[in-house]
This record gives sequence, C-alpha cells and structure tokens, in this order.
Amino acid sequence: MSQQFSYDIAHLIGATVLMAGFGLLYQRRVFAVLNTFAFQAVALAAAAAWQAHVQHAPHLYVTAAIALLFKAMAVPFALHWLIEKLGIHRTVETALSIGWTMIVGVALVALSIMLVLPVTAAASALTRESLALAMSVVLLGMLMMITRRNAVTQVVGFMALENGLILAAVSAKGMPLVVEISIAFSVLVAMTVFGIFFFRIRERFDSLDVAYLESYRGDRS
Amino acid sequence: MNAILWQAVQILLVVALAPLVTGYVRWVKARLQGRRGAAPWQPYRDLYRLLQKEAVIAHSASWIFRAAPYVTFASVWLAACIVPTFTTNMVLAPAADLIALVALLAVGRFWTALAGMDVGTSFGGLGASREMLIASLAEPAMLMITFSLSLVSGTTAPAKIVAFVLAGNVGIEVSLGLALAAMVMVAIAENGRIPIDNPATHLELTMVHEAMVLEYSGRHLAMVEAAAMVRLTLYIALIATLFAPWGIAQPGAGAIGALLGLAAFLAKTFVLGSVLALFETSIAKMRVFRYADFLGGALLLGLLATIFLYVSEAV
Amino acid sequence: MLIAGALMTLPLLAVFAILAGRRDFSHGVVYAGCFVASAALLAGGLQYLGGHSGAPSAVLPLGLPWIKAHFRIDNLTALFLLIINLSAAAASAFAVGYGGHLPQRRRVTPFYPIFLLAMNLVLLADDAFTFLVAWECMSLASWLMVVSDHKDAENRRAGTVYVIMAVFGTFCLLPCFGLLAGPGGDYTFDAMRLRELGSLGGFLVALLAILGTGSKAGLVPLHAWLPLAHPAAPSHVSALMSGVMTKVALYGMIRILLDLHGELSWHWGAALMLAGGVTAVLGVLYAVLQDDLKKLLAYSTVENIGVAIIGLGLAIAFKGDGQKELAALALVASLYHMANHSVFKTLLFLGSGAVIAATGHRSLGALGGLLNRMPWTGAAFLVGAAAIASLPPLNGFVSEWLILQSLFKGPSMPHWAMKFGVPVVGAFLALAAALAATCFVRAYGIAFLGRPRSDAAAEACDVSFGMRASMAALAVACVVMGVIPVTVTDALTHVVRPLTGIDLAVSADLGWPWLSPVSATRGAYSATILVMFGLSLFAVAIFVVHRLGTQATRRADPWDCGHPEDIPESQYTGPSFAQPLRRAFGHTIFQARESVTMPEPGDTAPAKHTVSMIDPIWQGLYVPLGKAVDWIADHVNKLQYLTVRGYLLMMFGTLVFMLLVVAVRQQL
Repeated sequence: MSQQFSYDIAHLIGATVLMAGFGLLYQRRVFAVLNTFAFQAVALAAAAAWQAHVQHAPHLYVTAAIALLFKAMAVPFALHWLIEKLGIHRTVETALSIGWTMIVGVALVALSIMLVLPVTAAASALTRESLALAMSVVLLGMLMMITRRNAVTQVVGFMALENGLILAAVSAKGMPLVVEISIAFSVLVAMTVFGIFFFRIRERFDSLDVAYLESYRGDRS
Repeated sequence: MNAILWQAVQILLVVALAPLVTGYVRWVKARLQGRRGAAPWQPYRDLYRLLQKEAVIAHSASWIFRAAPYVTFASVWLAACIVPTFTTNMVLAPAADLIALVALLAVGRFWTALAGMDVGTSFGGLGASREMLIASLAEPAMLMITFSLSLVSGTTAPAKIVAFVLAGNVGIEVSLGLALAAMVMVAIAENGRIPIDNPATHLELTMVHEAMVLEYSGRHLAMVEAAAMVRLTLYIALIATLFAPWGIAQPGAGAIGALLGLAAFLAKTFVLGSVLALFETSIAKMRVFRYADFLGGALLLGLLATIFLYVSEAV
Repeated sequence: MLIAGALMTLPLLAVFAILAGRRDFSHGVVYAGCFVASAALLAGGLQYLGGHSGAPSAVLPLGLPWIKAHFRIDNLTALFLLIINLSAAAASAFAVGYGGHLPQRRRVTPFYPIFLLAMNLVLLADDAFTFLVAWECMSLASWLMVVSDHKDAENRRAGTVYVIMAVFGTFCLLPCFGLLAGPGGDYTFDAMRLRELGSLGGFLVALLAILGTGSKAGLVPLHAWLPLAHPAAPSHVSALMSGVMTKVALYGMIRILLDLHGELSWHWGAALMLAGGVTAVLGVLYAVLQDDLKKLLAYSTVENIGVAIIGLGLAIAFKGDGQKELAALALVASLYHMANHSVFKTLLFLGSGAVIAATGHRSLGALGGLLNRMPWTGAAFLVGAAAIASLPPLNGFVSEWLILQSLFKGPSMPHWAMKFGVPVVGAFLALAAALAATCFVRAYGIAFLGRPRSDAAAEACDVSFGMRASMAALAVACVVMGVIPVTVTDALTHVVRPLTGIDLAVSADLGWPWLSPVSATRGAYSATILVMFGLSLFAVAIFVVHRLGTQATRRADPWDCGHPEDIPESQYTGPSFAQPLRRAFGHTIFQARESVTMPEPGDTAPAKHTVSMIDPIWQGLYVPLGKAVDWIADHVNKLQYLTVRGYLLMMFGTLVFMLLVVAVRQQL
C-alpha cells in the first residue's frame, strides 16, 4: 500500500467529516441533525481507525472506539430520548437562514485554507490538507453554535467542534493519549452543560407553550 | 475512419438504450417497493403507442408548442452524442466541451419551459417557473464542477479528461469527491428525480417537469418523454465517464477495446441505475421552497471542490 | 473620407429636423439619413479593422486654439465603430416607421443625429479635450431624449438622477485626464501614453477612470440611473442607450486603463472582476423581478455590463501578471461580449418598441399571446432572448464560453486573492448566466406566449416592414456571430494585439471551425459543426416520428389537468413566475416580504396578496447620500442670509487663512 494512497483515503474520510459538518448546517429538523451528527461521528471514528492502522498506533483505536460508542451512539440516543421526553420543538430555529449559513460556511472553509497554507508551507501536503479540513470542521461547529437558536442544536454544534479537534489530533503523528483523556473530559463537561440547558429550556418552553395555546383557543378573537 | 464508425454507434446507442435505462430504473424501484412492476422494456412500447396516437393541440398554442418537443429532443440527443460512453475516439467529441454540453441541455430546457407557458394554463406556468428556478441553481453548480475538473486535468473536454484520468495522473482527491457529490445532486435535480421532483406523478402540486408538459399528447409527448429518457442516460453516462472512466476505449484501441468499453459502459449504467432506484425508494420528496437550499448546496460544493484543489496541489 | 462625410451629414440632419419638425415626413427623412450615415460609418469601421498600416489620424483646427482637435482610427476604434454603428443603423431603420404614436416625437428627432455623432466622436477622439466634449454631448443629447416626455413624473425623476450621475461621471473623468496629461498639460493621447505615472497618480487615474466610465456603463453601485433613464426614452433611443452608449463607456474604460495608463497592477483587475461579478448577479436579480418590459431589459444591461467587465478585469489581472496570452484571451472574450450585447440588446429593445407600438403597453401584466399576432416580432425577439440567455448556437454563448475558459485559467495566477476570487467570480458569472435564461424565459413566455391579458394585446398587429426588417437583420447578426465564432474572434485578435502585445491563437492547431484558444487540449467549441450536426439530428427525429407514427393532429381546448379556466387571469403572471426566485434570493437581498389578506368567511371580497421589496442600493447608498447633500445644503444655505459685516468677516477670514498658509509653507 503506497503512502500516497493512505493519505488519499485519510483525506477522503476527513472530507466526509467536513461534509457532515455542512450537513449539520443544512438540516431543518432536530432529529435529522442528530442523525447527521451520528454520521459525522462514525466518519470520525473511521478516520481515527484508519490513522491507527496507517500509523501503527493502537491507541488511536481507542479514540475510534470512543468516537463510535460515545459520539455516534450514546450521545445521539440520549439527545433523542431527551427531546422526546421533554417535548422540545423539533424544527431547527435559525438565526440566519440556511442558505446564508452555508455560504458563510464555505467562506470559513476558504478562510481556514488560506490560514493553513502559508503557516504550513514547509509541511507536506498531507499535514496541510488534514489541518485545513480539521480547522474547517471546527469553524463550522462554531458557526452552528452561533446561528442556531435551539439549545440542542447548539450542543450538537459544540460537539461537532470537538470532532474537528479530534480530527486534527488523530491526523498529526505521535500525539499522546493526553488528547483522548481531555476530549473525554470535555464531552463530560458538555453533557453537564446541556443537562442544565435542558432544565432551563423546559421551564421556558412550558410557559411559552401555554401562552401559545391561549392565543389559539378560539373562544376569543 | 474508426472515429466516424464509433460516432455512428454512439448516436444510435444513446437513443436505443435510453428507454431501457428508464425502464430498468422503474423496474428496480417497483421491485424494491414490493411490486412486480412492468418489464424494463415497457418504455419502448409506451413510446411506440404514443406515436400511434393523434396529437391534440390547444387552440391558443403557437408554433413554439409544436416545435419544442423536437428541438428539446434533438438538443439532448446532440449532447448525448458527445459524452464519451464506451470510447473517446469519436469525430464529434471535440465539438463541445463540458461548458457547451451544459448549454446544450439548457437549450432543451429553455424550449420546454417556453412550451409550458405557451398554452396559457396555470399548470404550465407553474412548471416552467419551478423548472427555471431549479435550472438557475443547477446550471451554475454544473459549471463549478467543470471548473474543478478543468483545474485538475487542465481541460474542459470530456474526452481529454478521460484520457487524463486513465493515464493515472489523478489519485483519490477530496475535490473530486466533492465534485461527484455536487454532480449527483445536479443530476437528480435536472432529471426531476426524488427528492426534487417525482417522475411518477401526474397530479401533485409539487410536480415540476410533468406540469410543464401537461398539454402534450401523441407524438409530441413521445418526443418529450424520449428526451427525458435520453437526458437520464446522458447524466448517468456523464457521471460514469468523468468519475469512473475505467474501461473506456482510447483512440487506437481497436474493435476489441470498443467492445470492452461497451460492456463496461453497460455495467456502469445498470449499477448507477440501481443505485438511483435504491436512493429514490429510500427518500421522501422535498418541499418546493427547499430546492434553493438543496441546489445552493450543490453550487457551494462545486465551489468547495475548486477551493480544495489549492490545498492538495503543491503550492 | 467615408467617415468624415457621414459625420458631417449628422449635424445637418439635426438642423433639418429642427426646421422641418412640423411636417410628418421629416422624421422619416432624418432617420433614413441617420441610417445611411451609420451604414457609412459601419463600412468605414470595417475598412480600418485589421489594418496593419498604422492608424490614420487627423488634426482639425477645432476647439481651443492651442489644443486643436485630434482624431485617430486604430483597431480598437474601428471595432467600436463597427459595434456601435451596426446597432445604430438598425435602430435608425427601425425609427423610420416608429414613433407615430409618440406625442413628443418632435422633441426626440433633432437630438438623435447629435447623439449618434457624439458617440462616434468619442471613439474617434485622440485627445482628452475632444473626448470629453464629445462625451458630454453624448450625455446631454441622450438626457434631452430621456426627458422628452416630461409630463410624466417618473421621467422627470429619471432625468434628474441621470443628469446627476452624468455630471458625476464627467467630474471623475476630468481630473483623470488632468492627471494623465500631467503638469505639462499636453492633452493628446499620444503624450499621455508616453508619460510615466507615479504610484499615487497611477492609482488615482485608475480609480477615477473606473468611476467615471463605470457610472456611464452601469457598474453597480453606480447603475442607479440606468434602469430609470433607459426605459424613459422612446424605444429606439433606449436601444441606443442600452445597446450602444454603454459600449462607448466601456470603450472609454478600455482606452484609459489598457492603452493610456502605462502599467496597471493586477489588483485593479481583481477589483474590477469582483465588481463585475457583483454587477452581473445583482443586475439579473433585479431584472428577473421586473414587470415593466423595458425596465427588465435595462437591468439586464447592467448584468451584461458586469459580464463584460469580468472579462476586462481578468484581462487586466493577467496582463499585470505578465501572462499575455491569457490576457489576450480574456480581452477577446470581453470584447466579444460587448459586441454581442450591443446586437441583442438593441434587438430586444426594438422588439419592446414594436410591442409598445402594437399594444400601447409595456407592462408584462398586460401582454400575452403576442407570438400568434406578431409572428415576425415574436420570432426576432425569441432569437434575441435565446442569445442573451447564452444558448448555443447563438452569439451570447460564444462570449460566455470564452469568458469561462479564461476564468478557468485564473487560478494560474500566483496571488491568493485571485486563487480564491476567481472561483467565486466564476460562480457569480454562472449564476448570472443561468438567471438570465430564467429572466428571458419569463419575459418571453409572459409577453409573447399564453393568452392575451388585455384587449390591446388581443388585437395587436405586427409592425411595419421596415421595423420588422431591422429586427430581422439584428437577429441574423446574432445567429451569424454565433455560428462562425472563429471568424469573429480572428477579427478581434487584431484589436487585442496592440493592447496586450501578443497574437492570440484562436483555433490552436485545429483549423477554422474549431474555437480552441491558446491550446488545443484545453477544450474546444465548434458552433458550426454543432449546428450542422444538430440540424441533421432534428431532421432525423422529425422524419422518424412521422414515419413511425401517425400525423393526425387535432385542435382542442387546453386540457390543464381537467379543469381549464377560461379567464386569461388564471395564467401565470410575471410576479407569480418570479415568486420562487423571489423567495430564494429576494428575501435577504431585497427584503422581499409577502403578506396575504384573507377576507372573513362569508365575505365576498377578493383575497389580496402583496409583496413589498426594497432596493438595497438605492436605500442604502443613494438615499443617505441625498440626505447628506440636503443637510449640507441646508446648513450652507444660512450663508446666503448674512449681514454685510458677516460677509466681510468671511472674506477677511479667508484672506488671513490663505496668508497663513503661504507663511507656513515658506517656513517649511
């Protein structure tokens, strides 16, 4: 297996992660967002596993497993369950229309390419491309957090941002396990954060719901 | 000499194969949905039957209405003759590059949309308006795909792109992946497939292509349908040619090479047709006002494909 | 000789028009004279295009005594003489039969020859003074024709905006030429070519030239006057303003930026390219939402100017980068587009004139079904619409193809701004081209197809022979320029050679019918072969269908899915056709908002659907600017009511200030 081929595959998987990042911005339904996020996590797991295989670095398999079990399965299921349980709005509330979000997204990708290229001019094409991809994923995650009002989608945006960081970490050779621990830790933090979020949302939504029903009762004009 | 022969084969091949491709996709879809479905060669019978029926034309229709089916069919046919399917060794292949190919398809669309408005019915206008919305985003997306392909291979001529790829100059590129995704989205939209349009409906408020051609009957309808079939074949061939050119005969390959190319082309066509049927079965149609997001996404993917080339290529 | 004679005839015609204006026949005579003069100028341009034996020039003792008027015909001038006078000849021939319905005809005819003369003189001018005088005459003559129907408040407003923008343009060009001439004050173009501009001077010259000529051409955001003024004039004048005068403006831009300005850096090319891209997309988005046929055409002019400027910007960028061959390609593409636009926009405006003459309406909502009643106009308009929608095998596609081909080579420039800018501009250009097709499907489909939406449209008759013939001639020109692109491109290389310093290989290695500029492997286009092949496929299709099937045909009522509506109002209208696009693009850009008022159940009042839109550039740029000017004027106004002592104080203060300046400067 030639080196070029392994790079190409790595980049292709990276691009899939990026595409999933765009997919997150494109979705209008919260469940679709969750599915896309799960897909992104699967792609991330594949990227990590591929790097583990290519770099002969077994600890990256752990990363892949974490991504697969935790991000692709546990978190989406949990969110899914929470949304159903709490009866949260199932459409994505946007602060910026989907079309414009995607245009801004492409601009961000261009920006990250522009930033990465001069900095890593000396590095090989491999590192450049991986870094550009990872940075784009991070920026798209941030964009998602900013432009989507719903807390669920904000949480997903935050985790997509983390996916980008992991992508950067696995692509660089010789990153120690510290990264994985910190990542797992931040996921934990995220879970706590959105737990709190949900309680607050439920309060808000409940009161909103009532007001919403009041105005449509029909006995008053 | 061979170039002329292969060109003649190509001219006949695309027209002869097109109904079968459409029929095959319908048949696979029916099977996937648990129906028996009509035989794959049913479209041939349909076309022949339509030819035998008298054509009914509305009083208010002008000559555009009568000319449009032929113009549309001829322009799509012409475009299909130029996409290399089994060999790149064709006389007319250099006459139009990808840009011209996009424009040739636009000719057909222009006339169909005009014909839709000619009779002066609300459905016709509705179809034409939506078709042009789709086109005004799908066409730029297609041109951006062309842009990235031309940056990779240094040419916009499909035959030259095939030669470039077959010579082993291109690895697996992120850009090509993005371009392929965009191309599939464009192809879905341009052929009126699910999730953009449903080719199987006739009475739905979200229909696009069928609404435009609602007034057609008899031989005119046969031409319109045949044009749609050739267009589907063309897009399948285009995807196969640009992104999976393996097997296509190069100049100097001889008759054996051409035959192998033909076999490869048929195999690719039926694989892609099955994928299309599977995709259509597993997805729901989209609301009209999401078209812009979908196709805008294709356009942006094309743009991304271009931008990403700068990363992978050496500075 | 031919040219001088033709130019001399034009003022005589104007005098004749003033003297004999009361007689009805005089208008025909004047326009016929204009036609002959334009034809002669056309022949003159043809004669000098591609001439290798240097550019003939003349110095006439006109104007200021120490400057004199210099004239010169080089290849660029000859090309633009061709472009302009082809359209002018057609418009003049059209005007012979046109205008009977216009109440203000007498206020148009005398200025028409002057307008033609001024435009030709701008091209021929070889010194800044002549150039500017002719430029101003061109603005004034067209302004007079715009306000000819001054009873309409809309036209008066158009006239006001136009005159302000024209003054702005000249206001920019004046210092531009001043800087080019330098302190020596030699205003001939020859002297300007030799002068070295400093970096600041070069910057200012380029900026002022782009602003000055761009405002006349309709570069966004300086386009605001164009969609107001062009439709306000009678249609044959609109045709000239949109199809021709904008080309004169672009000629000015090319002349200053590529000829007089010594070395232009690629930054200007990038800036122009981006401005062109924005202009193209915004112009066509405006166009696709218009309901007034002439306004739609005017906005589409903005779009096409943007497309031409993309090519021009690319050419400048390539040239600044030293890639001469690609610069030549981009410039050829841009010039080709200018020529094309001149032909089809004139054709379309004449077509709209024919529609107005036949129906009295220019709103799409009152038209419909005209193709059946006006077959000739309808067919010619169809050719124009297909050409402007850049469909092969017509001319619009060739220039689009060439511009795209040169754009696709843009990333070969080593600058990051270009690497990222070019794909974005490419997306803009592609979007503009596709939207233009939508725009003209809509315009044609609503005006010429379907059922008539008004009585006038139902009773329309085709226009007179002369008008039809002039439209037909332009339609033929669209086809010819599309089918033999190599010949046209060949002619353009003569123009481009002196500007870029290189001979462009039009059909590299492949021979005549193949348009494959720069290199044979880049991709080729052969309209000639495609047309022949396509026509034979068309014939085969018809033959086979008629052989295999029946030819029985029956006329019947429309089917319309089983519930046809008799009233023509049930058809799609302009606004309804544009609705998906309005939703997709207009929501953000134009703040388009729709609201539906439904009557109460039981109420028989009709439901109402209203759309509100805001012109972002007018509201965001011009209105604040106007307010600022008003504010300043209000405050300066107070100075008119000072006491004598107050005035004296001001003068004294000014004097002391000036003395201070002198004193300080002496100290430094």
